[in-house]
Amino acid sequence: MKAVRLWSVRNARWLKKVYDGLEWILSLLNPILRRIGYDRLDKPFAAVEGVVKGFLFDSQSCGQCTLGETGMACPMNCPKTLRNGPCGGVRQNGGCEIKPEMTCVWVNAWEGSQQIGAEQTIQIIQAPVDNRLKGRSAWLRALRIKVGSAS
Amino acid sequence: MKFDDEPTPGEGLPILPGHTSPGRFERILRAGKFAVTAEIAPPDSADPADVFARAALFDGYVDAINATDSSGANCHMSSMGICSLLTRKGYAMILQQSCRDRNRIAMQGDILGAAAMGVCNILCLSGDGVQSGDHPEAKPVFDMDSISALSMVRRMRDEQQFMSGRPISSPPRLFLGAAANPFAPPLDFRPHRMAKKIAAGAQFIQTQYCFDIERFRTFMAQVRDLGLLEKAYVLAGVGPLASAKAADWIRKNVAGVHIPDAVIDRLAGAQDQKQEGVDLCIDLIEQVREIEGVSGVHIMAYRMEDRIGEIVTRSNALDGREPWRPAL
Repeated sequence: MKAVRLWSVRNARWLKKVYDGLEWILSLLNPILRRIGYDRLDKPFAAVEGVVKGFLFDSQSCGQCTLGETGMACPMNCPKTLRNGPCGGVRQNGGCEIKPEMTCVWVNAWEGSQQIGAEQTIQIIQAPVDNRLKGRSAWLRALRIKVGSAS
Repeated sequence: MKFDDEPTPGEGLPILPGHTSPGRFERILRAGKFAVTAEIAPPDSADPADVFARAALFDGYVDAINATDSSGANCHMSSMGICSLLTRKGYAMILQQSCRDRNRIAMQGDILGAAAMGVCNILCLSGDGVQSGDHPEAKPVFDMDSISALSMVRRMRDEQQFMSGRPISSPPRLFLGAAANPFAPPLDFRPHRMAKKIAAGAQFIQTQYCFDIERFRTFMAQVRDLGLLEKAYVLAGVGPLASAKAADWIRKNVAGVHIPDAVIDRLAGAQDQKQEGVDLCIDLIEQVREIEGVSGVHIMAYRMEDRIGEIVTRSNALDGREPWRPAL
């Protein structure tokens, strides 16, 4: 899966476009989704998301996605689950402090964010994870935040 | 040096306008003095006398003492315990709080407790991975990261609220610090990461060991260009190396420490390598002082704490200023 994950970071630019497109489609579908009920949709959405994002990004399904702001690299793959940037332990070759054979997630994220011109969004201070959202659909959550019907 | 409004040991100084803490460390920096901090070695014991003896090595040489939070994920007396003991005597303490071992509930409780014990400064760290320490089988917590922790403490102080939004009746009056490692990849991201820490609330920055002065100079220039020097005080991390062999071991085994070959060569070529390590540290202090935006030095003299007096005196880091020390 490492190969796919790295491919995703290298192709962050158009993947981000696809992602933005998906958000747009979801917001178009919102009246229907709302009628069906977000809670009822959460499980199937989370299942699809888990497969797609799991395959492309090794997503850990935290339920509060930052991919668009972290260069399409899932920060939850960081062994310290750091969501705001690399720790000081990154090795000189860019390897992770804890898993030396793995490139630091944030080395990838920085590379990816430059590709999508997201040097600004990587500066957004990410709140700590809400552990209650783990395994739930981040897409639906993002949609509900966008249309203003969620906390 | 004593302030005119010096309190009895254990109590805070009056908070001056524009200050956020009742501590002397913030006062020294805001007064534009070149500050010296040092890291105390936490004992593997429950004896307060061990802590007092280790702190006494710094008397008259440092403005504030960092109490590490089981650094390298090796178990020692807690930062909170050391700070509690030493604030009673009047020392200016910097509580180090890593996200490795505690969740947000424990961290916020500790912040209130520390402030109540007279701690005026907190250094928010992500923390070393548990794999590097003596309990690699432990559960790494990392509920927060250094940046979300900074914004959490700032909110407790400035908005008088827990993360939950529940009010705090008397907020912790703290001066907030963060760490920076200018030497670890991705190098271009490092100044931005520091910017992010400052945006999250950091008022002072203590860096990783600076052995690569050229790299540090570049970093500081980038930091200046981002306009960060007006927003936070930077203390450059320095420290003596015991020998070329020790230095080589550190750079291979201690996460985040970058030691160039030239440093190892200089130590290896010396007759008395330990003395050369001290001399090198003094040279480094003189060099970092010349760099625009360096407001002080943070001395990490691991297992060489007894040499801090010599380092501070010979480098003249204090410009003849005599920091507070406990009354004899």
